Amino acid sequence: MSASSFNKATMYPANPGFKVTKSGLLSLVQDLGRYGCHNIGLTTGGPLDPYAFKWANRLLANELNASAIEISIGGLALEALVDTRICITGAEIEFTINGINQPQWQSLAVTAGDNINFGFVSSGVRSYLAVRDGFDIEPTFGSTSTVVREGLGGVNGTKLLDGQFLPCANFEGNDSHLKLATIPEYKTDICLRVILGYQHHAFTALQKRRFFSSVYRVSEHCDRMGYRLTGPEIKPAVDGILSEGICLGAIQVPANGQPIVLMNDRQTIGGYPKLGSVLSADLAKLAQCAQGATIRFEQISIEDAHNILHLDKVAFAAMNSVKIEAICLQPQ
Amino acid sequence: MRIEIAGENSLIIYFADKASAEVSAYVQQAASILQDVLANDIIDMVPSYASLLVIYDALSTDSFTVQSKIKHNLANLAVDIAATGKIVTLPVYYSPESGADLENLAKNAQLTVAEVIEIHQQCHYRVYAIGFAPGFAYLGEVDRRIAAPRLASPRLNVPRGAVAIADQQTAVYPAASPGGWNLIGLCPQRMFDPLKEPCMPVQVGDKVRFKAISRAEFLSLGGEL
Repeated sequence: MSASSFNKATMYPANPGFKVTKSGLLSLVQDLGRYGCHNIGLTTGGPLDPYAFKWANRLLANELNASAIEISIGGLALEALVDTRICITGAEIEFTINGINQPQWQSLAVTAGDNINFGFVSSGVRSYLAVRDGFDIEPTFGSTSTVVREGLGGVNGTKLLDGQFLPCANFEGNDSHLKLATIPEYKTDICLRVILGYQHHAFTALQKRRFFSSVYRVSEHCDRMGYRLTGPEIKPAVDGILSEGICLGAIQVPANGQPIVLMNDRQTIGGYPKLGSVLSADLAKLAQCAQGATIRFEQISIEDAHNILHLDKVAFAAMNSVKIEAICLQPQ
Repeated sequence: MRIEIAGENSLIIYFADKASAEVSAYVQQAASILQDVLANDIIDMVPSYASLLVIYDALSTDSFTVQSKIKHNLANLAVDIAATGKIVTLPVYYSPESGADLENLAKNAQLTVAEVIEIHQQCHYRVYAIGFAPGFAYLGEVDRRIAAPRLASPRLNVPRGAVAIADQQTAVYPAASPGGWNLIGLCPQRMFDPLKEPCMPVQVGDKVRFKAISRAEFLSLGGEL
């Protein structure tokens, strides 16, 4: 093999950080997403559960936008090549450092040579692994978020692959720990709050009543682009529309009457009628659901939605002040 | 003009029910005005055929304020269709070898292959929207004589640079992907290159004309068969 045919990502870099020894089912570098590029057809990407993602960074005193790994389902294994701290949040997942089980939602020390092994999720779907100061990945179009379909972000625009390196800096510092009471519980029976919008006039009152009073299930077709649901059919009075911009959480209803909730990696434009959009805070809950989970919808107003966004922001910031320094981890 | 809520932090502005060059010019003009007026409150925008999706920061402003700013600033929108956008010429190697559906399309249209190629080059196409994939520009409108419906069964792999027709739209595939449009040729110019600035040769509102090139010219411009 000639030197030029070496893949950049598999050469031994100056600050090697971590080596991917097993890539798992779908492990992706993410930051908070790619914005301002819809005009050239780029989607947003970013963590499907931003709440868990941000906490992984916060517990390491990182910037909230620092690059971390979204682990879907599990199976990832890494070898540390530096001394640093890591934090795993999100879906409940068994993981070990050098064969010893470790807790989530707290900062942990790792030393060069340590092996970090993930099993598979036991509650929820997406776990997050952050490292102190974030992974040192070159942004594309202002973001390191990997969108596999677009071949952008992460290491060479792909999901993590065996043998890749995830560069990051050496670090030694203090621990912190999030109170157990605030760790989210990932449910498989959830209610999604919906703001009516787009072509909602094309759905009769009866269709809307059916939608908001029925139970839907997450189908096998659920991924980072969208979650297809199955349940009572709802039919708009129009078949198709002139292609238009699709926002996060939009509820698209194709001809078969089965709603699709569009997620972070959605196409930027599309021509199916839409009933409205799911509140972002609830998309994080949906993203933690697997096939078979039961979904209900509840209508809220735009004013409600804005209030919730502001309250969530305050609650997230306030958790900082109740922190954490009061908690001292004692061996039991 | 009609404004609807799209989501918790987005509004969609409808300028008309049908696409036309004039409506597209309105969309473009509105996007440029709102970029200035809403400035830092804007997170992203999606211009399309007859609508503009405006995504704003719901923690720095609110739906009501954005709606009133839109109404106020777009009340007297006036456009000069001829003045908008630049004209970009894209070279195309039209042939059955580079366009698998060219002969079939000609046959269904009761035209010769040469006539199809001629008609496709005759008009200046407007970039109505960019989406589907990075750099995929929807161009319209194709002369009715060579308009052709999407294939009944989409191809699993359309090559990068494929020039294609679906109904009265035409496009150049920016990357290899599945696709159901009728392939009539190949364009050697990259439509999306993340390492280049700008990464696309066109933007919404620009006009595109196609120019036939020979096989030899196609290969010398870096085209691959």
